[in-house]
Amino acid sequence: MKPLLAVEPGRRIALGVAFFVLFFAVWAVATLGGFVSKTFLADPLTMVRSGWDLLTQQGFAHDIGMTMWRVLGGFVVAALVALPLGVAMGAYKPVEAFFEPFVSFARYLPASAFIPLLILWAGIGEAQKLAVIFLGSFFQLVLMIAVSVGNTRRDLVEAAYTLGARDWGIVRRVLIPAAAPEIAETLRLVLGWAWTYVIVAELIGASSGIGHMITDSQALLATDQIIFGIITIGVIGLVSDLGFKRMNRRLFRWASL
Amino acid sequence: MSRLSIRGVGRTFPGVNGGAPTLALQPTNLEVADNDFITVLGPSGCGKSTLLRIVAGLDTPSVGEVLLDDQPVHGPGADRGMVFQSYTLFPWLTVRQNICFGLREKGMAGAQQHEIADRFIAEVGLTGFESHYPKQLSGGMQQRVALARALANDPKILLLDEPFGALDNQTRALMQELLLSIWDLHRKTVLFVTHDIDEAIFMANRCAVFSARPGRIKTELAIDLPYPRHYTVKTTPRFSELKAQVTEDIRSESLKAAGMDA
Repeated sequence: MKPLLAVEPGRRIALGVAFFVLFFAVWAVATLGGFVSKTFLADPLTMVRSGWDLLTQQGFAHDIGMTMWRVLGGFVVAALVALPLGVAMGAYKPVEAFFEPFVSFARYLPASAFIPLLILWAGIGEAQKLAVIFLGSFFQLVLMIAVSVGNTRRDLVEAAYTLGARDWGIVRRVLIPAAAPEIAETLRLVLGWAWTYVIVAELIGASSGIGHMITDSQALLATDQIIFGIITIGVIGLVSDLGFKRMNRRLFRWASL
Repeated sequence: MSRLSIRGVGRTFPGVNGGAPTLALQPTNLEVADNDFITVLGPSGCGKSTLLRIVAGLDTPSVGEVLLDDQPVHGPGADRGMVFQSYTLFPWLTVRQNICFGLREKGMAGAQQHEIADRFIAEVGLTGFESHYPKQLSGGMQQRVALARALANDPKILLLDEPFGALDNQTRALMQELLLSIWDLHRKTVLFVTHDIDEAIFMANRCAVFSARPGRIKTELAIDLPYPRHYTVKTTPRFSELKAQVTEDIRSESLKAAGMDA
């Protein structure tokens, strides 16, 4: 091995898969070999079996659907509000001076700590779940979008001015397209964070969703189901992340030339 | 009548962190006639780029004013096209879309935009590269597109800020000839900033030499070499004479700028 030397694609995938295999092997040896009590950690085979049971008998697919809709719903609303505000803050310094200190402050307020308040305000329905996702992703999105837009190369802006662009033209035809690939990356990143908030929201006062299944399983000491739930989240996260990455590469081919 | 008139233009930058203000450009004058090709020559940091940026409207003068066709200049506009030293093509647009940028801003119809763009792409010798992205082009090719982009807008004056400064010597020489042939074709008025003496003499019909920082235009020199100029002009006795004269001028200023004058 030499520092920073690239590996060929085939070997790269093999190495990535190898760690998953190793991970499951260690887990299987620890549980099936009797080194860890079944009460604390289910073995992989039981986990797969009860996962199948969850999906076919207990309607877990509905829980997955609910959780995905909550993540996407809250995230899309946050993105729709954050995009125009973030662009405005990045482009116009007085707007930034007005909002930035508050947004920076609000960014550090833990979304999960708002859950009791949100239950008080919005009940335990869908609005509360969406509100948690919104709070958790909105402020992060606004700040990161504003920074991306504000970092647009000055010489490109100046070139556009000498080509006759006016203020709105600069925003629309230079700042937004220049920052678009970075904004898309921000959306991908924050969507990942939204997944962690949704589970927390579902742990408290929910009657459906992956998080709700996990709390139910805890009462039954069903570690196999808990682990299956966690792995489901991981798999959905991985798949959506890959999809997002691929879409960004296609949309912004120029950025990866 | 002058096309461009620079009258007593000076620039002082405010001090940073309570420091003393910096005088970047002493009040200076320059008259540019229609079809002039003027090079502005000076050592680095003399304020020649500041002057060009003020003409472009990207910077505002602390004193004095700039008149274009007798109208005072306020802010940047499409009537003054500019090519920068850094590569400023929009990386998300193809070559053709880059050249159409200003035309689209004017609200021109798409078909007409393409027709103009393709004509200028041909003029800078990039036919076949219309759909390439800037990152797929070499530095010299990118600057040719930048030149085409500025020209396509049909500006009253073309401002060039060391446009070939980042290119290797061979490419730079070819670009100089290309620019001269385009100037010959369109008879644009050109203001060209450079620190390269050969370049300043080879291109210009008049060369304005800057003094050391804080600079101002110290001497103006008519370059009486006949156009069209072939690269062999650079080896003629007259070119050497002019070069010796300018070199002497600029050398004393460079020494001052470097703090090495006795």
